[in-house]
Amino acid sequence: MPELHEGGCALVTGASRGIGAATARALAADGWAVGVNYRSDADGAAGVVDEIASGGGQALALVGDVADPATPDALFEALESQFGRPVLALVNNAGISIDDLTPTMSDDAWNAVIETDLSAAFRLMRRALRPMMRARAGRIVNISSVVGLRANPGQANYAAAKAGLIALTKTTAVEVARRGITINAVAPGWIDTDMTADVSSDLLAQVPARRAGTPEEVAACVSFLASSQAAYVTGAVLSVDGGLAA
Amino acid sequence: MSVTTEQVEGRVVETLASFGPDASQITRSATFEELDIDSLDLVELAQVVEEEYGVVLKGEDMKELKTVGDAVDLIVERAG
Repeated sequence: MPELHEGGCALVTGASRGIGAATARALAADGWAVGVNYRSDADGAAGVVDEIASGGGQALALVGDVADPATPDALFEALESQFGRPVLALVNNAGISIDDLTPTMSDDAWNAVIETDLSAAFRLMRRALRPMMRARAGRIVNISSVVGLRANPGQANYAAAKAGLIALTKTTAVEVARRGITINAVAPGWIDTDMTADVSSDLLAQVPARRAGTPEEVAACVSFLASSQAAYVTGAVLSVDGGLAA
Repeated sequence: MSVTTEQVEGRVVETLASFGPDASQITRSATFEELDIDSLDLVELAQVVEEEYGVVLKGEDMKELKTVGDAVDLIVERAG
């Protein structure tokens, strides 16, 4: 059986920085041609693409807000035409957080986070699964969060979206399991990125490993789940959190 | 675009056979249940039909289908 990356390409959403950028670099190093999606940080995405190209890999920067229902078709069509093969690995990484305590959280804060962190992943999966079903092969990795498994006051919207992503992962994984497609979630804990830059460092004391993780440590797990070796892993949630959810 | 029942039947049988059952078992009167064709297989069949004949079959259309003949007749009717 040929390696998945020989017959298809990969799409990583929110890949201009942080975990997404590290994942795009890791998949490219594994041999995948990678779509580097971004919403606003064009320079960041271009930097990731350049880095991959200078390492001998293939990458394409793709602008698009995943919260827009028209984005999945645009991204998939651009990749299919650029690389001439279907998307056989999808990493739903794009996410936002708008923190507030539930009693004071606005509808806008709730809806924006659910839309970007959960509904967008659903729409991208739906678009990805059609060609994957025909190919009898595919890998989807949804970037959830420790917050989807364990409470973190002030993040009810983010937690609901990330827990929803786990339920979406499990249910859809079972639906398509017969077709050689695996769907898994990775649940990072406190990872050193822009998103966690303003989180109080007191929280580090709660992490059994007593340090923040790196984007590369998350990317390594995604790389495994996207590989042919992970063919029998589906519907799983892999925590990458220094023991925080244990 | 007008297609014949024979053409559609040939394409449907070929697609269903790719899901597992032996082509000889796939007769007009065979039920999807007998053939072990599940609902996701029918989604995939609908995808093939859409690409080939431009006929869009929705989830509710597929739910009504019990036999291979039901599927062929519906596709021919819609494509006609």
